[in-house]
Amino acid sequence: MQKPEIAIVGGGPAGLSAALSAVRQGAEVMLIDRDPALGGQLVKQTHMFFGSKKEYAAIRGIDIPGKLLAALGEEGKGRFKPVLNTTVLGYYDDGVILADKEEQQAMLIKPQKTIIATGASEKMLPFPGNDLPGVYGAGAVQTLMNVYGIKPGTRVLMVGAGNIGLIVSYQLMQAGVEVAAIIEGAPKIGGYLVHATKVRRAGIPIKTSHTIKEAYGNKSVEGALICSLDENWCAIPGSDLDMKVDVICLAVGLSPQTELLWQAGCEQKYIPELGGYVPLRNERMQTTLNDLYVAGDVACIEEAGSAMVEGKIAGLFAAADLGYDEKVEERFTSFTSELEELRAGPTGAKIREGLSRLNGGAAKC
Amino acid sequence: MLEKTGVPEPEQVKMITPSDVRFQKGPVAVVECFQNIPCDPCRYACRQGAIKEFEDINDLPVIDHELCNGCGLCISECPGLAIFVIDASYSKEEGLVKLPYEYFPLPGQDEEVTGIDTEGEAVCSARVVKVQNTKALDRTPVVTLAVPRQHVMRVRSLLRKGGEQHGR
Amino acid sequence: MRIEEHPIIDFKRGNPVKFTFNGLEISAYEGETIAAALHAAGVRVLSHSHNLQRPRGFFCAIGNCSSCLMKVNEAFNVRICVTPVREGDRVEMQEGRGDIIAKA
Repeated sequence: MQKPEIAIVGGGPAGLSAALSAVRQGAEVMLIDRDPALGGQLVKQTHMFFGSKKEYAAIRGIDIPGKLLAALGEEGKGRFKPVLNTTVLGYYDDGVILADKEEQQAMLIKPQKTIIATGASEKMLPFPGNDLPGVYGAGAVQTLMNVYGIKPGTRVLMVGAGNIGLIVSYQLMQAGVEVAAIIEGAPKIGGYLVHATKVRRAGIPIKTSHTIKEAYGNKSVEGALICSLDENWCAIPGSDLDMKVDVICLAVGLSPQTELLWQAGCEQKYIPELGGYVPLRNERMQTTLNDLYVAGDVACIEEAGSAMVEGKIAGLFAAADLGYDEKVEERFTSFTSELEELRAGPTGAKIREGLSRLNGGAAKC
Repeated sequence: MLEKTGVPEPEQVKMITPSDVRFQKGPVAVVECFQNIPCDPCRYACRQGAIKEFEDINDLPVIDHELCNGCGLCISECPGLAIFVIDASYSKEEGLVKLPYEYFPLPGQDEEVTGIDTEGEAVCSARVVKVQNTKALDRTPVVTLAVPRQHVMRVRSLLRKGGEQHGR
Repeated sequence: MRIEEHPIIDFKRGNPVKFTFNGLEISAYEGETIAAALHAAGVRVLSHSHNLQRPRGFFCAIGNCSSCLMKVNEAFNVRICVTPVREGDRVEMQEGRGDIIAKA
């Protein structure tokens, strides 16, 4: 049985930031990730990040894991242990973590504190033909293009005009793939408007109040029928449009991957603004279980910038609660104000609303 | 509406357009950023202090066009690729538009391309005057296009003539 | 279907490898997942649904959804989207849920 001071499940932006924050306090950290390399979804983000220049604004997502790992190498000095190709399968009553190491052996870990930073998974949209090969999640399209350098197809229908739909459309063009259109069920574009402007000037139409009616094809996607929606989100008869595409990319939202939290017995609440079921947590990113903290998309669906700050907070307190409490107040104040700043504007309204509803039932700790 | 189409409204563009007097003095940056989002790297990119201090990270950037010398350092720093440098004083007939262009293949110097607007529609023929793709630009090359002067506030990207682009 | 030149990323392919899909030889590169390698070779149908035999491919490509299960070498229900391709791999479409009871 391995007994690290802190175990972090998930090595994406939140997990990596939590690890760095914790080793800076002096704690020993084991970071467990199911992939062969750390970085989570950052490894596919070829675009420049927004947020504060103090953090990683104007730096490409793909370059961020390297920076965090370099800092961990320097400041972790023997106290940072990454465990890769290892999938955490369970978190039991006695605080023991069961992990599957490289599909070869079971690993048992009993950390003193655990941070769950398992991110999110893609939502599906129900429509006839949605099981045809060629209907892919946005993450899948990004993985093929940006990790393996393989074109997902030749002509894509993008469903969803949130940040992911807009960014992946741009990345498709960079990969030399045509985007037939971006459709969005809501009457407005959900993502940052500068992303929308970028794809519009490349000639991609954005059709708001449109949805996909069906996908068709013999063995794989050959086309889709889209239609307009009225103000009640009902299909307008006679508005069908046939799009000849070989890929339908669904960018319709993410759901927090909270399986381990359910198993652990954390109290969770269904908050649509935050992405679905999310754990109750206090401002220290601590769940209703004393030794369990959360950060990133598993805590609420947001941006990588906020995920990293939440990670810093979770790492700070997981370490401080073990006695590594150097400058904890000062650092907590600084991280909290960073997070508030990111969420202060109009684009943070949804998150603020969701968090206030979540805190309507305050976490017990 | 920008929120529906992704295309800035003429009134919005007008608000951030420098005066004719300023245009005549030489190159100047134009920031087509109309939504309050948490983002501030442009403010740090400017060495002339022309992009004003942000009180809040969600503020819209404000350029002091008198302090701006049109150097273009901010173009590749903007994650939204929303900054352009316009030189309406280039010649009697032509103006220059410096824009960020993150596609391959990059156009070549002196190449004739089509200048396109924010809706992806062709505006005019344009000539590539310069292509900058240094390491400092971190993979956001900056292309300088010469366009008929009256189109400097319309041309925001380019289309190669012939050959594949954007998968088409 | 592989991208030769990209404005942001310089793709460094691993060593070339060969594997088979339903007996057909396919070329790929080390470092690719089986799903990526099949996709690059134009293979999009990876299995068929149990009852109606509808064609199925991958969906999430990161190991979450179980849409891409295939038989690889002697193992059934392999998530090929997170399995690296190896020289000589025998990848096959599996029938139904596969036979997971090992013959002693």
